Amino acid sequence: MTIGVLALQGDFREHRAMLERLGVDSAEVRTPEDLGHVDAIVIPGGESTTIGRLATMYGLIEPLRQRISDGMPAFGTCAGMIFLASNTVGPDQPQLGVLDATVERNAFGRQVDSFEADLDVTGLDDPVHAVFIRAPWIHKVGGDVQVLASVTDDEGHEHPVFVRQGRILASSFHPELTDDTRLHQMLIELTQEA
Amino acid sequence: MAEASPTHGTDKVKRGLAEMLKGGVIMDVVSAEQAKIAEEAGACAVMSLERVPADIRAHGGVARMADPAKVEEIVNAVSIPVMAKSRIGHFVEARVLESLGVDYIDESEVLSPVDDNHIDKHSFTVPFVCGAKDLGEALRRIGEGAAMIRTKGEPGTGNVIEAVKHMRKMTTQIKWLTTLGPDEVMNAAKELRAPYDLVKEVSETGELPVVNFAAGGIATPADAALMMQLGCDGIFVGSGIFKSGDPAERASAIVQATTFHNDPSMIAKVSKNLGEAMVGINIDTLPDTELMQHRGS
Repeated sequence: MTIGVLALQGDFREHRAMLERLGVDSAEVRTPEDLGHVDAIVIPGGESTTIGRLATMYGLIEPLRQRISDGMPAFGTCAGMIFLASNTVGPDQPQLGVLDATVERNAFGRQVDSFEADLDVTGLDDPVHAVFIRAPWIHKVGGDVQVLASVTDDEGHEHPVFVRQGRILASSFHPELTDDTRLHQMLIELTQEA
Repeated sequence: MAEASPTHGTDKVKRGLAEMLKGGVIMDVVSAEQAKIAEEAGACAVMSLERVPADIRAHGGVARMADPAKVEEIVNAVSIPVMAKSRIGHFVEARVLESLGVDYIDESEVLSPVDDNHIDKHSFTVPFVCGAKDLGEALRRIGEGAAMIRTKGEPGTGNVIEAVKHMRKMTTQIKWLTTLGPDEVMNAAKELRAPYDLVKEVSETGELPVVNFAAGGIATPADAALMMQLGCDGIFVGSGIFKSGDPAERASAIVQATTFHNDPSMIAKVSKNLGEAMVGINIDTLPDTELMQHRGS
């Protein structure tokens, strides 16, 4: 089993370090050819517009969309969540549209509003220490999307920040910046089942 | 759902944004229009300025923080992170920039320093990036709270030689630290004029505790790829883009060369027909007093 990490821009090295810690082979994916050699894909944190633009230029959008639609497991963090989703609140940008969700970019505000906090996640006994950096949240989900964690805004509204749809996982926050391997372990289990 | 003890402005959150910028290109822009060109070309962030370093160099006089109206205009124009420069030691300029909502402050030698003391960056919620010529300087800045480092290079020259020197020096010094025994670390801290705890940490991990970008003189896609191959985490391009013949094309080419920095045929492809690069300056023709890299060490 080899898990690919989209390595166009962002913190792809941290995701690879996480997978290495879990004893799984990983490979950097920059071209459609690279994609042919992997069994799952991680889309890292970074700038979603930069990643989307480079993915478009290098012909990765269609092959990624196809593979994930055909059941290849995927895990996107922050920019990766935006890239997997079908829409954003605001201007259009390149997205795969495989996750039936509308994402709001920079939903918490600018960098001074970035924060870390403990977060309860459905199916996990102990909370996840979540690092939110200029993070998005999910504005609206489709019927097949299971919400595994949410945050509550100042007005008491809940916003999903960790979701699953089939073999797709997406988080607003960055487990790859912590020592907590449980979310990556979920991806590995989905890949073993696939 | 539980959201116990949320914390803003922690080292993790400050350094974390720099982690997200890795493998990307941060471009100097002086207007909303340039910021949009940079974003469209794939920049992972923009640096808002009144003048690019080449013009600061040509203009002379005291260089200060940009007009807040200009910074605001750029903050409102793009969805990617916006950085802005304050003068070295000018903590009020930094507070003003923080209040405008900029995502990172560059306490920069490109502007005229106001103090031998740098800003106490721990006391801010917004993160800071600082320039360094060597490891000691990098660790002094991290000790003051910098969450990201960049080489100083020699800004506004379009000549990458100084950035190469600074990166090589840092790499050599980091390697040297890893060869030391625990009994040698204090003396190394003395030689580097750097905080002991940070010197000890680098001697154990073999890497800087924060992200390190290349800056100062990068003008071509090959320059960017060179700095990436020398071990930098990403690229700042100052005057190199908007002082060239075709900024949009050159910006996009530098972004691609940064991603594909290990692929010479890709660098060749993106480097074709880019038009004129900025006119460069040979560093040895500059008098010492005009070198920005010696400011605030």
